[in-house]
Amino acid sequence: MSTATKERASGATPPPRRAGELTLGELLRFGWRQLTSMRTALILLLVLALAAVPGSIVPQEGVDALKTSNWKDAHPTLTPIYERLSLFDVYGSPWFAAIYILLMISLIGCIIPRTFHYWRGLRAVPPAAPRNLTRLPDSTSYTTDEDVAEVEERARRLLAKRGYRVRPARDGEDAVSAERGYLREAGNLVFHLSVVVVLVGFAVGSLLGYKGGVILLVGDDAGFTNRLTQYDDFVPGTLFGADQLDDFAFDVDSFDVDWLDSGPAQGQARGFVSHVSYVEGLDDAPTEYDLRVNHPLQIDDTEIFLIGHGYAPVITVRDGEGNEVYSGPTIFLPQSPDFLSFGVVKAADAQPGQIGLEGLFYPTFINVEGDPVNVMGEANNPTLSMQVYTGDLGLDQGQSQSVYVLDKADAELVTKADGSPFRLDLQEGQTETLPDGLGTVTFEGLERWNRIQISQTPGKEVALIGVCLALLGLLGSLFIRPRRVWLRARREGGSTLVEVAALDRSGGGDVGVVLQQLVADLRPGATPGHTPGADGAGPATTEEKTS
Amino acid sequence: MSDSAWEALSNQAVAAAGLVYFLALLAHLVEWSALRKVPVEAGARETTTVGAGGPAAPAYGASAEPAAGSEGPDHEHRIDLFGRIGFSLTVVAGLVHAVSLLARGMAADPNRVPWGNMYEFTLSGTFVVTLLYVVMRRRLGLSWMAPLVVGFVLVLLMVDVIWLYAPVSPLTEALNSPWLVIHVVSAVIATGAFSLGGICSVLYLLKERSITKGRESSTGYLSRVPSLAVLDRVSYRLHAFAFPVWTFAVLITGPIWAHQAWSNYWNWDPKEVWAFITWVVYAAYLHARSTAGWKGRNAAYLALLGTATLWFNFIGINFFSTTSQHSYAAPEPAPVVAEAPVLAGGA
Ligand code: HEM
Repeated sequence: MSTATKERASGATPPPRRAGELTLGELLRFGWRQLTSMRTALILLLVLALAAVPGSIVPQEGVDALKTSNWKDAHPTLTPIYERLSLFDVYGSPWFAAIYILLMISLIGCIIPRTFHYWRGLRAVPPAAPRNLTRLPDSTSYTTDEDVAEVEERARRLLAKRGYRVRPARDGEDAVSAERGYLREAGNLVFHLSVVVVLVGFAVGSLLGYKGGVILLVGDDAGFTNRLTQYDDFVPGTLFGADQLDDFAFDVDSFDVDWLDSGPAQGQARGFVSHVSYVEGLDDAPTEYDLRVNHPLQIDDTEIFLIGHGYAPVITVRDGEGNEVYSGPTIFLPQSPDFLSFGVVKAADAQPGQIGLEGLFYPTFINVEGDPVNVMGEANNPTLSMQVYTGDLGLDQGQSQSVYVLDKADAELVTKADGSPFRLDLQEGQTETLPDGLGTVTFEGLERWNRIQISQTPGKEVALIGVCLALLGLLGSLFIRPRRVWLRARREGGSTLVEVAALDRSGGGDVGVVLQQLVADLRPGATPGHTPGADGAGPATTEEKTS
Repeated sequence: MSDSAWEALSNQAVAAAGLVYFLALLAHLVEWSALRKVPVEAGARETTTVGAGGPAAPAYGASAEPAAGSEGPDHEHRIDLFGRIGFSLTVVAGLVHAVSLLARGMAADPNRVPWGNMYEFTLSGTFVVTLLYVVMRRRLGLSWMAPLVVGFVLVLLMVDVIWLYAPVSPLTEALNSPWLVIHVVSAVIATGAFSLGGICSVLYLLKERSITKGRESSTGYLSRVPSLAVLDRVSYRLHAFAFPVWTFAVLITGPIWAHQAWSNYWNWDPKEVWAFITWVVYAAYLHARSTAGWKGRNAAYLALLGTATLWFNFIGINFFSTTSQHSYAAPEPAPVVAEAPVLAGGA
């Protein structure tokens, strides 16, 4: 390909140029032709698949932020390199975008010329028969007593009935030509266009949409009002504007969990439901809704999902001077399906030293031979078991810090007199005094929390319609068999010799069988069309009943 | 019947199905080893010249039909008999297999589709392979595939029972959706059909190699397998059937369900990534096959790459990835998406 272009280039223009030199226009045309070639498309497709791999190996910021930051902490040398390569955000990275944008261009560059081509093809009459039909790979012949005109007439009628487009008889032509399966190419075009539609829908969603999450306490009257400041985490699309936020507010009034009390999954939740009440606009009367997994609540363009729940023990910390330095429901994150949960408490203002608690919450605690065991997710014997830290909890550096992680780098573990770590074991209502005059900790009660995801996904309907169309087009392009049939009859020694040939243009068909069927039906005395489905455009498999 | 009785029935049915598959495999092995003594031409000649007598109308599967033996009608009869016994046993095993699935669904409270975890998914997937084989055997002339399909199903069933077994438990909340049925049925069907297509492609490569190395003999299993062109075409047909089904499963129903359950219709979850990779590889296969004129060997390699990504996604991701929200593999569903909100300046 490249040498051919070069030769043409050097032969065409008067001023002599060095070999291999191309004008800019030629270079561009050459590049364009390369880009929109089938082989490039194939390679780009495979490269896209390959490029998607790292994102499934390296933790992704957009998928699991906590895991990503843990990974970064664990790999200090690799992290800067990976960051430069956007490996924590593969699907939003420039190089990933480069691949699919090239593929899109290739696709469009491929579709447009084909659409014109197809348009012409749609109205074209089937091409004339090749001179020698018996040379085609799938051909056959038979002799009959009918005369030539009769055979041709019968063939035309039969083929037309089978959905073939038949070339009108012309002077000087001695054969019947027919073609079917014109819609395959349409299916193919629809499919490829739809891929573009899907990409557009997807892009709209990631540019204009957002998703955010918030953890809400059940029964908390403060509830949630849809303002940016109320979100715990918020991931806007590049073109998202804050005025897109719909006006609404809701409370989680109550929350029910259906615990499994028998069977192998005993102690896990079978189902759960949040009873929420929401107001649209700002002063309407509240509406009730039962929010469950798989049943999001839709308000205007915004959807609200219940995606998790857990316990929030109410903990109060008093410092060595008796002042209340921390009090309130503390969100513990479940570690396993039985809701054994992990949480931390940070009391920055405690005197004489800061107090940090880190440990586990057991909804149903039992003691098995000295080991703490959690029996189930239902809170039948709620127990806190935490270790205590004091000293510098890293809270004063003005740096943002996760509320779920205790920075223990400069803190010291509080120990008992014998030097073993001090452990705080509290049941509901109990208070324990910390060593070294640090203060006291009380487990006051238990609340529950819900994790709510709130998002806008514009363009999702476009994407959905796109894939559905793509599927439709795909079915057409895979199962409509474009096929040409030719028949030529001539008198030969008192009878008529009929040659028939067929050509499958899809690469998946088995024309041999079609040809046999056709010939069987063409022979005088045959009852045409006795095998239903043998000529249908339906799934290809039906037309191949091998004997 | 109580739930535990149903569960016991299901387990017994799996064992019984495994046994019958094993017997079917034996029958087919006897059939094929007996065929080894029969040169392939005998059978091929007889069956390909059907119909209008056109040049070599390719009636595929033909050469694989138990052939008229040179050792007399008795031998021929035996071969034929074992072939039919093998197929009947496969059908019986498939029915028992279906019973095990049904009982598994009945064992759960509330009753449900048997697709709650990897064990059940593999049980269903292998059943679909058998079902597709039995249904398409006549149509695509697949009888030559018998020992491979039965062996494949048997091995996977064993892996399933030994390593993946999990007791019946209710569906986790996220799985509790009508989309489970639609999504999983289509994914399982596509997986079954892709796997059969993969088997064809493996045979294509083996046969091609034995031909190019000049080791092609007129007896033995490979010589009974249909011609390269037929293998290539059957493989294409299976893939062409499976691809739209896969598209429906992973690019339509998957995202719809993901949107409802997780609020993102496409979140680049590892399972989604690999489903997408699989889709792209198979798209490349179809492309190569139908437009770039890459029939034969290169297409077969692409198809096998697809099979590899398909099964890696199905099994590998569940074992190697910890971030996947597709929790049916892990013994425990993630009860919460533990994204730690990062707040400024401490609590
Ligand atoms: C998103 C990427 C793409 C996917 C998933 C895809 C997939 C497919 C599929 C499944 C087929 C049907 C195969 C068949 O007809 O048997 C097909 C056909 C085709 N594709 Fe693509 N394709 C993609 C990109 C492209 C690009 C970039 C081009 C242009 C260079 C292209 C050109 C074609 C052509 C010309 C056919 C026609 C097949 C025929 O007429 O037989 N495709 N494609």
